[in-house]
Amino acid sequence: MTTQREKPWLMRTYSGHSSAKASNTLFRTNLAKGQTGLSVAFDLPTQTGYDADSPLARGEVGKVGVPIAHIGDMDQLFDQIPLDQMNTSMTINATAPWLLAMYIGLAEKRGIDAKLLSGTTQNDIIKEYLSRGTYIYPPVPSMRMIADTINYTVKHVPKWNPTNICSYHLQEAGATPVQELAYALCTATTVLDRVMASGAISAAEFTPVVERISFFVNAGIRFIEETCKMRAFGEMWDELTRTRYQVSDPKARRFRYGVQVNSLGLTEPQPENNVQRIVLEMLAVVLSKNARARAVQLPAWNEAMGLPRPWDQQWALRMQQVMAFETDLLEYGDIFDGSPVIAAKVAELIAGAKAEIANVEAQGGMIAAIESGYIKRELVTSHMKRLRAIESGELKIIGVNSFTETAESPLMAGNDGGIMKVDPAAEREQIERLQAHRAQRNQADVDAALRALTDAAKGTDNIMPSSIRCAHAGVTTGEWGDTLRAVFGEFRPPTGIDISASAEPKGKANQVASLRARVAETGKTLGRPLKLLVGKPGLDGHSNGAEQIAVKARDIGFEVVYDGIRLTPQQIAQAAEEEGVHMVGISILSGSHMELVESVLQEMKARDLGQVPVIVGGIIPQEDADRLLASGVRAVYTPKDFDMNAIMCDMVNVIRRQYGLEPQGELVPAG
Amino acid sequence: MQVQVPDAEALAVRILRGERSAVASGLNLLDNALPAARECATALLTALASRRWQDGDAQPNAQRDTHLIGITGPPGAGKSSLLAALIGEWRGAGHTVAVLAVDPSSRPEAGGGALLGDRIRIKRSEADDGLFIRSLASRHQLGGLANEVWPMARLLLACFDRVVIETVGVGQTEIDIAEIADTVCYVAQPASGDTIQYLKSGIMEIPDVFAINKADLGGAAHKTAAEVGRIASSKSAHPDRGEGWDYPVCLVSATHNTGIAELAVHLQRHHTYLLDSAQLMARRHRHQAAWLIRLLRDDFGHFGLELVGGRDALMQRFDQTAGDALTDYAQLRKEILSRFH
Ligand code: B12
Ligand SMILES: Nc1nc2c(ncn2[C@@H]2O[C@H](COP(=O)(O)OP(=O)(O)O)[C@@H](O)[C@H]2O)c(=O)[nH]1
Ligand SMILES: [Mg+2]
Repeated sequence: MTTQREKPWLMRTYSGHSSAKASNTLFRTNLAKGQTGLSVAFDLPTQTGYDADSPLARGEVGKVGVPIAHIGDMDQLFDQIPLDQMNTSMTINATAPWLLAMYIGLAEKRGIDAKLLSGTTQNDIIKEYLSRGTYIYPPVPSMRMIADTINYTVKHVPKWNPTNICSYHLQEAGATPVQELAYALCTATTVLDRVMASGAISAAEFTPVVERISFFVNAGIRFIEETCKMRAFGEMWDELTRTRYQVSDPKARRFRYGVQVNSLGLTEPQPENNVQRIVLEMLAVVLSKNARARAVQLPAWNEAMGLPRPWDQQWALRMQQVMAFETDLLEYGDIFDGSPVIAAKVAELIAGAKAEIANVEAQGGMIAAIESGYIKRELVTSHMKRLRAIESGELKIIGVNSFTETAESPLMAGNDGGIMKVDPAAEREQIERLQAHRAQRNQADVDAALRALTDAAKGTDNIMPSSIRCAHAGVTTGEWGDTLRAVFGEFRPPTGIDISASAEPKGKANQVASLRARVAETGKTLGRPLKLLVGKPGLDGHSNGAEQIAVKARDIGFEVVYDGIRLTPQQIAQAAEEEGVHMVGISILSGSHMELVESVLQEMKARDLGQVPVIVGGIIPQEDADRLLASGVRAVYTPKDFDMNAIMCDMVNVIRRQYGLEPQGELVPAG
Repeated sequence: MQVQVPDAEALAVRILRGERSAVASGLNLLDNALPAARECATALLTALASRRWQDGDAQPNAQRDTHLIGITGPPGAGKSSLLAALIGEWRGAGHTVAVLAVDPSSRPEAGGGALLGDRIRIKRSEADDGLFIRSLASRHQLGGLANEVWPMARLLLACFDRVVIETVGVGQTEIDIAEIADTVCYVAQPASGDTIQYLKSGIMEIPDVFAINKADLGGAAHKTAAEVGRIASSKSAHPDRGEGWDYPVCLVSATHNTGIAELAVHLQRHHTYLLDSAQLMARRHRHQAAWLIRLLRDDFGHFGLELVGGRDALMQRFDQTAGDALTDYAQLRKEILSRFH
């Protein structure tokens, strides 16, 4: 083989679970398999600034990622991994300055110059408000902390990408390619404008700041359009950085991005089909040389079932390796340059994105459009349209709404149910380690470091130096989070579900008409309109399902109470009581359903609401569903229940049975 | 199916003790349209009236403690946020608070459902037993507030110190709320032309207190406040302005928590004003009468009302029977029904 090959992109696997020690072992085996960078998944308490022993962390410790409570955990996580040679990406946002401070603190402890550290902190709070859900503080102080981390790293950790503007999560919440382009670029300018306004960096030195902005993008199954989207991003970023920030060096204007391909479209039925989907989606971000991703991480075939096992992750990594090393992809220049079809599609996307950017600016910018609920409503609307199209069959999903007959899959034959199970002892063990850590540190150092942090937060000093001091003093994640909560307060963004109902239902109109009649009739028989509480307990931020259930239930005549994500079981039970609902619907995708549903049921019993039926939806393995049903839950729904009308029909029947009415038959199929 | 109706007397006792589950059941009952439930609801309201309501007359101190406030204004003006701030103020002073938050229903041809999402804006803190929030759908009753609002508010007044109704703030609701609340607070946001138009046109009775919210956004708020102040104090626009009340205009910011204490003082002042000028009970009786007439009209139409003397006569009659108006109402229903047969 003589042809000159391009160097392949960074290959990562998003991973972390249980404890720093277990995750370290996983990282090292992944690196041994040829992975070239690390991508750390943190657990939800770490992402939302709570310690493992906080009541709000119950059921979540070590579940969807690794718990990192203090610099000792960080040390263990990177045991035997040379920080100066590793490229580490951390999916961390509201607490990004803190995790970065611990990483820098660890490097200092190991005698490594921070200038040698390379990697990324995701650190994009805007998409947290819109999709990802691990926000803590209000927009103003949150944006200030992002600016602080940028100002700090540009000077002291120059190889670090302090923020990674994400459109990935917007597509996962339903965004169209045009919305992804528009909102990601609005986010980037909001961040850069904020850095500029901080005055810490002179206009002449602004190019390195612009250059350090990287993106985290999604690629869906319509891979031609997605390729065009990547090219559109490149063109728009080039223009924006040139005109808005006067960056003259074309290299500094390059759109640098990493990718995780679409997971929303990965299915629970016939999960082996997800492999084809993932590979095709990867094509979108590697095919066009001039718009190729810098780093790629792929989900696994069992994405819609639960967390991947090491073998599942290995399979995903091998997909990348086959693409990079077996195919001839890396031997050619850009294969799309000069194609009029591609150029026309790119132009169309750019025009759409520019119009939406102008629209957001006319509303006072990105933050204002988040606070007013505008952008979230747009996303909920896009997602609703997608789901209605799947229901009606207009959008074909193989194995879900077409070609559904299947032989039994041997992939799920193992006795682990085909997914990874986190050891339930992980939470208790992390709490024990945390308490031991607290007992052995110097409390006076901790107090002084936290006071300095408070002062920096109240004043205008950069938040990083005092955070690094906290890291060295042995401050914990919960302490850092609470200290800043006390100064900045907390924030809950609008839920976006207040989109107006339309008389003409998309999807199966006859079924909707029949559901409306059933809801009205049942309400009338019971004396008042049917009222439903949709609740999301715990730290789980997956709101899509809850939002779509709420909107759909409203559309067929329910009066729906929905207060957004991250409520306590107590708040949910209290709302059920105060609101006098006929039914409570709980949605949990983070894997903590057993603990949280049990708490909700207890809290409801304590309020004499044992008679109000509770149903549950989300990522619930069958054996857990059986246990939930045995504990009194009336029905459990998972992603295979994509037919919303069928769910609604069932919900009405759960209510009818509960209140002594005859259940009604299935809906007629065609429409 | 069996409709389970509670024992009205027993429920009333539990509500007066402030038991949350009883309050919730009581509200469910008042919301229920089945004949058996409606009968029980009337009994419940009568039982509650014969206790606290009447006690209130006898013991001015007990009465002094309860205040029914309507918060209205266009969507997005910040009513819920402002309410959250006021609740902080009131809870700090030791008052218990109940809220009825009304959100719009979709049109009947679009399913008639509703999304009720005000709770989280209104409730800032964790579990608080001194705060109770019930969301209600507007249900398109003549474009205004649902008929359930008045009796629900009255139930809540039996066990909470402050009861607040947040309206949808469109259509008829601004007008309806004046027929329900002791005090109406209008929330406007800076540079909102519709507010000014509304006031100038005189189609609504003038609100008792104005709050110009989002003062943090700067100069426009001051301008709006000045303009509203001018209209509120001009007698020509509103010949029916009450004597002896100054129609205050406050600049507030719900998110920055400024002007909230002052707003709370003005609301309290209006309450004192109503008491001192002996208008509070009169207002409440008039509101009760208006509600009963609405109920009769919904059931029997204008024709039905005419059969028993027409609106004005009924107004007077219910006003006079005040404490016993519910019994009187039941009597009237029977009378009308007998005429139809
Ligand atoms: C989209 C998505 C996201 C989006 C969420 C956007 C949003 N605002 O919702 C983003 C990208 C932000 C995201 C982030 C994360 N995600 Co995610 N995500 C998914 C994904 C791909 C799809 C979920 C979805 O929205 N489906 C569409 C909706 C409509 O379906 P649904 O919620 O399942 O609802 C249906 C039914 O379940 C049911 N239903 C659900 N709720 C209810 C409620 C009621 C009342 C009723 C009647 C029915 C019902 O009806 C619905 C209709 O069909 C799943 C995998 C998958 N393909 O399912 C992973 C998944 C849920 N995510 C996962 C993880 C780990 C995360 C992270 C925690 C990773 C990390 N460590 O940081 C983060 C953090 C999120 C957080 N704050 O909690 C894991 C959870 C693992 C587990 N349970 O063990 C999954 C399973 C992926 C995986 N295999 O690893 N995620
Ligand atoms: N700047 C500013 N925004 C506010 C203020 N009060 C409310 N808002 C915002 O206005 C929007 C609507 O608030 P909400 O309370 O839901 O209004 P409602 O529809 O009248 O109940 C939200 O985005 C609030 O964050 C305020 O005092 N200042
Ligand atoms: Mg409101």
